[in-house]
Amino acid sequence: MQKVVADFTVTANIALNSGCHALVLQSSGELLPILPGQFVNVEIPGNKEVFLRRPFSVYEVDDASCSLTLLVKILGRGSATLARVAAGEKLSLVYPLGKGFTMPAPGDRVLAVGGGSGVAPLLFLARRAALPPDSIHLLLGAKTEADHIDVQKYTDCATFYFTTEDGSQGVKGMVTDHPLFGKLSRYNKIYACGPLAMMKAAAAGAVEKGIFCEVSLENLMACGFGVCLCCIEPTVKGNLCVCSEGPVFNINDLTW
Amino acid sequence: MVNLAVNIGGLHLKNPVMTASGCSGFGEELAAFYDVSRLGAILLKGITLKERMGNDYPRMAETASGMLNAVGLQNRGVDYFVREIYPVIRNYDTALIVNVNGSTIEEYVEVTQKINALERIAAIELNISCPNVKEGGMAFGVSCPAAAAVTREVRKSCTKPLIVKLSPNVTDISEVARAVESEGADAVSLVNTFLGMAIDAEKRIPKLSTVTGGLSGPAIKPIALRMVWQVSQAVKIPVIGLGGIMNSTDAVEFFLAGAAAIQVGTAIFKDPFTPLHIIDGLQNYLERHGFSGISELSGRLQM
Repeated sequence: MQKVVADFTVTANIALNSGCHALVLQSSGELLPILPGQFVNVEIPGNKEVFLRRPFSVYEVDDASCSLTLLVKILGRGSATLARVAAGEKLSLVYPLGKGFTMPAPGDRVLAVGGGSGVAPLLFLARRAALPPDSIHLLLGAKTEADHIDVQKYTDCATFYFTTEDGSQGVKGMVTDHPLFGKLSRYNKIYACGPLAMMKAAAAGAVEKGIFCEVSLENLMACGFGVCLCCIEPTVKGNLCVCSEGPVFNINDLTW
Repeated sequence: MVNLAVNIGGLHLKNPVMTASGCSGFGEELAAFYDVSRLGAILLKGITLKERMGNDYPRMAETASGMLNAVGLQNRGVDYFVREIYPVIRNYDTALIVNVNGSTIEEYVEVTQKINALERIAAIELNISCPNVKEGGMAFGVSCPAAAAVTREVRKSCTKPLIVKLSPNVTDISEVARAVESEGADAVSLVNTFLGMAIDAEKRIPKLSTVTGGLSGPAIKPIALRMVWQVSQAVKIPVIGLGGIMNSTDAVEFFLAGAAAIQVGTAIFKDPFTPLHIIDGLQNYLERHGFSGISELSGRLQM
């Protein structure tokens, strides 16, 4: 698969809730195909403390305008610097990187479990999946209502369920406390992207019921395309690079 | 058109820009970005006799103008390379150089023998400078007698050009360079990474699973440049310079300090096209300064 280093122009930087920004980036040339679960590695401009690029899952792709959107959650100095870029600024991206999700097939019944910036690839998946909205359930967990991003514009492609630890939105507790978790057998594909504990809980449920399950991992990366061997995850096939062999893994390949 | 071709101790390269070992996989990953035949050479990921899992995560920590790594020579072993990887990459139209590692002299020799039999491998780089393995590796590179001994034994099995990759974690790198030169090395490459460390102050833990790791990137360039300059004064064999080269100006500085060729490492992580940008930039520099070939630039530092 062809990969490139390409300049993008920031066309919008939209501050969402809880330290999240949606960055809309327009390619200066043709936009290469990007699949749900794939990511881009972004050079962080104007901060000498940040040497390496930072990886971000793609949140939305608009082929008509050659644009893609990243969901940037402020976690450290790289994301904090990136969250300050203004419309008109240029960013260098290495993309498309990694292996995406196995896309759902017609007739599939899907549960996608996410939290934090992990909702980005799941919403991209929901939009690209050719399924009626009642066949694809997105269960999103957060500490409090303000941490949930606005999913209004996605309600035509999926059905949403929420949990919050403080009970301010949806079911009180963790995603595993949601009634959907008691009915996993109704699904034939489960996807998860979010905090490790959340993904492990989803994976454990899927394993118990023998349901197909993919999770999207993240860790510290240097190159993003499989040469530095820094971002390894122990798997049944040995240490694999999250960047090039993932970030999406079938849970049967993991040693969880 | 200036002539970028170089001869490094019998190793003929179309241009003097190589990718450093451990920074360009087995070439396939770069081939997803561009035609790798434009590269002077690809230094393949370090190979050992037996498969190595490498070190635990985390293996990487970003530092000021650079990074630490503690990969620990993760690879599938030389037999896997010969059987599965070599047939795929053998037709790349660039010099393929295998980075050979071992924890004993016998292992170095055995890997060398298996690699030496491969027709399309242009040269061997003997890595006596990996800081991230418990046994062997850098231990051979920080003592003149040990460096001399492993070079001597490997030389007996190696009919291809033999490059010895030196560790900067020594008091006098020139002495080690002279030691391997006297045992038949055709060239030396320097420097490998500097042993370093990073700590998470909030959590009060080391940032690397191995506590210490190898520092690379622009942070090390001035020291690498000094060492290339010192070694090129001390030996007659060609010196391949590396350590924090990010652009063609950095590369020119290494040539002026005495390098006959250069390797690009960590910069590839930031931009896989860096080696190609450097080739173009060198061409431009030589034309602007009226040089007819890259070999005229080596050691042309005006004092």
